[in-house]
Amino acid sequence: MTDWQEDLYRVLKEFDVSQVSYVPDAGHRVLIDKSLADPEMHSVPLTTEEEGIAMLAGAHLGGARGVAAMQSSGIGNCVNMFSLVKNGLFPMLVLVSMRGDFGEGNPWQMPMGQAVEPVMQAMGFVTVRIDRPEDVEGAVRAACTMVFQSGQAVGVLLTQKLIGAKAF
Amino acid sequence: MNEAFRAGTAAAMSPVGTLDRREAVPALVGNPQDWLIVAGLAGTARDTAALCEPEANYFACAGVMGGAVAMGLGLALARPDRKVLVLTGDGELLMNVGSLATVAILNPPNLSIVCVDNGHYGETGYQKSHTSLGVDLGAMASGAGIPAVRSVSEAGEIEEAGRLLREANGTSFVLLRVTPDAGPPAIKRSLDAALAKDRFRAATLPAG
Repeated sequence: MTDWQEDLYRVLKEFDVSQVSYVPDAGHRVLIDKSLADPEMHSVPLTTEEEGIAMLAGAHLGGARGVAAMQSSGIGNCVNMFSLVKNGLFPMLVLVSMRGDFGEGNPWQMPMGQAVEPVMQAMGFVTVRIDRPEDVEGAVRAACTMVFQSGQAVGVLLTQKLIGAKAF
Repeated sequence: MNEAFRAGTAAAMSPVGTLDRREAVPALVGNPQDWLIVAGLAGTARDTAALCEPEANYFACAGVMGGAVAMGLGLALARPDRKVLVLTGDGELLMNVGSLATVAILNPPNLSIVCVDNGHYGETGYQKSHTSLGVDLGAMASGAGIPAVRSVSEAGEIEEAGRLLREANGTSFVLLRVTPDAGPPAIKRSLDAALAKDRFRAATLPAG
């Protein structure tokens, strides 16, 4: 079995990502643990996900690269802060671990989960869905290229086909 | 509580600041060229533009309320070689007061935060903010764990607070209590965030 979370972290390092922001989520557990153990990475736990969007805009002002990792519900907390990305044309990489998606067992997660893509697209993001472990490395590399080379805002959706549905 | 709120500015529960921000902010910041500055929206954006123009060592918001402290954090982590200053208002900071907690656990020594507290939402008609009604953002900064915090209400306290902003070993926070009766400087500035971003980077990033 491909260890897609290892692939993901390796690609972020290849692209010189030095700041990782997150509100903890099980789907990002390996990313969070690896960033905490990595002396070259600023690993930043947030109180709400929108801080991460502002933080990474600040990182870009200082010439650094980062990634905001959040659960799908966190996208809802970020919407107005995305104005900074769209108006300021800031490069922005957001990794979204999906809930309210394929096979979801908690109805509270469904509304925001289903709204992630339309909301992100409305705020100017390109969205990339990843369903299979073997696709992670290539898709994250494509996303990083769009963000750090082409200056785009990209949301990478790690779907529940990839990370597994939580059936409670 | 509701009676005090409804009564408007005459019945404030917290002592209203008396400092004029047009004098107190420049005195506290000192030479603006010593800093990379992130400003929140509204009043502090004008304070900052008036301080820095025509130089481009600042990025000031005109929206995304609540984002200034976190922007300053990302910038401070990216530029350990420079001192980073966030200038934000009470209304803006109240919207994302949790960002004080996020900053505090990292405690970057090159990050300083000034909250220009006039106790009001100046941009929208001077409605009272929570800081007019007993909320103390300095105590919240201390409670978050920011190690160096001062509350400044008198001109004689500015010099020591300015030194703290520059010399603290960890993140510093100064609550600057100013009068709501004197607004920020009147200054026209571009609201084009992409232009402001490119201008800031061209002016402040090392060559190559």
